[in-house]
Amino acid sequence: MTAALRFNNLTLGYDRHPAVHHLNGAVDTGALMAVVGPNGAGKSTLFKGIVGMIKPLAGRIDREGLAARDIAYLPQAAEIDRSFPINVFDMVAMGLWHHTGLFGGIDKTARRRIDDAIAAVGLTGFEDRAIGTLSGGQMQRMLFARLLLQDARVIVLDEPFNAVDAKTSADLFDLVRRWHGEKRTVLTALHDIDFVRANFPETLLLAREPVAWGNTTTVLTPENLLTARRMCEAFDEHAAECAVPTAAA
Amino acid sequence: MYDWLIGPFVEFEFLRRALAGTTALALGAGPIGVFLMLRRMSLVGDAMAHAILPGAAIGFLVSGLNLFAMTAGGLIAGCVVALLTGIVARMTELKEDAALATFYLLSLALGVTIVSMVGTNIDLLHVLFGSVLALDNQTLLLIAGNATITLIVLALIYRPLVIECVDPGFLRSVSGAGAPAHLAFLALVVINLVSGFHALGTLLAVGIMMLPAATGRFWARDITLMIVIAAACGVFSGYAGLLISYHAGVPSGPAVILVAGVLYILSLLFGHVGGLVRLMLPQRHLEA
Repeated sequence: MTAALRFNNLTLGYDRHPAVHHLNGAVDTGALMAVVGPNGAGKSTLFKGIVGMIKPLAGRIDREGLAARDIAYLPQAAEIDRSFPINVFDMVAMGLWHHTGLFGGIDKTARRRIDDAIAAVGLTGFEDRAIGTLSGGQMQRMLFARLLLQDARVIVLDEPFNAVDAKTSADLFDLVRRWHGEKRTVLTALHDIDFVRANFPETLLLAREPVAWGNTTTVLTPENLLTARRMCEAFDEHAAECAVPTAAA
Repeated sequence: MYDWLIGPFVEFEFLRRALAGTTALALGAGPIGVFLMLRRMSLVGDAMAHAILPGAAIGFLVSGLNLFAMTAGGLIAGCVVALLTGIVARMTELKEDAALATFYLLSLALGVTIVSMVGTNIDLLHVLFGSVLALDNQTLLLIAGNATITLIVLALIYRPLVIECVDPGFLRSVSGAGAPAHLAFLALVVINLVSGFHALGTLLAVGIMMLPAATGRFWARDITLMIVIAAACGVFSGYAGLLISYHAGVPSGPAVILVAGVLYILSLLFGHVGGLVRLMLPQRHLEA
């Protein structure tokens, strides 16, 4: 199986302090992978690195020929101005950016794709609603509809099921399963360990250092989870420079 | 009725010119105002209007009340402040408002000082309050040209501009068009303020931009309609303001802005979308 993403001695962080430390490994194309770890473990940082929002402090990420448009990203807290006067249809239509670009119009086919995406997340009838009137769960559904339209080969979801009810997270996870069935690569940061055990074949357990990575059942052992929990969260202001050679192999 | 509403414009050329000027100004400034408002940059327009003053004043210093010198000076000063603000906001911890506040206060003080040094009080009044009743051909062409450029460029950058307002993170993840669109938008703000500066002066130029935009907010839930209402409202304010100034003998620039202000206050009270009266009136809630 080919790799979609390859991490080569990757260190990501802020102000020279690592938040993800010496990560090695590859994400296979078509993988359905959970990224698990305590708060501050570096999950979001890793995702920001993958989508190119932050540059590695050391090492590198090989995107194996993926262009930026091939990676779709749902941040943990999207910085959306909910008071902006825009409706659900137009918001979802943004997912077609790579087709429409700056000036392209939305023709009948595109319109149908947008309607289909809205239907797939169960928001039919909400097309003309202003985004400010949506509930938290409906908002998340709308963002998933936009992800659907982005039609990306790699999809990175940062805690997508936080603060949504069981019904919504089940519906949205059906979409994740559908993406998996379409051989897309899906990386998801999650906190619900039981949910991960039940649904994700592969898991990366992160606590700044990678604790374990592989088959979910072998990764999520009580010992590994305890190790992850013990790793300290705070930066050490006076940490010495890391001695591990940073040059990527 | 005809004599009252249309007669003055038929009779006097300077009123026709003023009407053409305010109409062109409103068509460009209205949409810009809507974006400023939605980006929470309403006061930025005000600040920028003062920022162009030293440039215009230096133009005045060099060649008197000369259109090109003052426009070029204003444009340069405005662009310099806009660029500096954009750079400071993107690169340091200072937010856009703080970065701009520092520059515009300096600019206003500098501008007034320069004009007072070389000019008379009349000149200062001209700079501060404009001269919509004395628009010559060149100034009129400049205002119309700026409005044309504004509408064309706005059409070009409309999509990234809207997305950058709603969901900047998403735009960053799919495209690099955000920053150029933002800078182009700031440039449009500046050229519209230069237009407004000639017609309404540095203190009131923002009025034709922000008051109609805020008015639109109370009547529309979607941005397209908001823009149309803002532009229409600005055009009407120009017409009604000139008419009132003619009949009542009040200064025309302030009259235009006052009409826009009255429209705004009426909308604030009776507006369909979030107007105060609707908010206060007890309304039965719906079933679902």
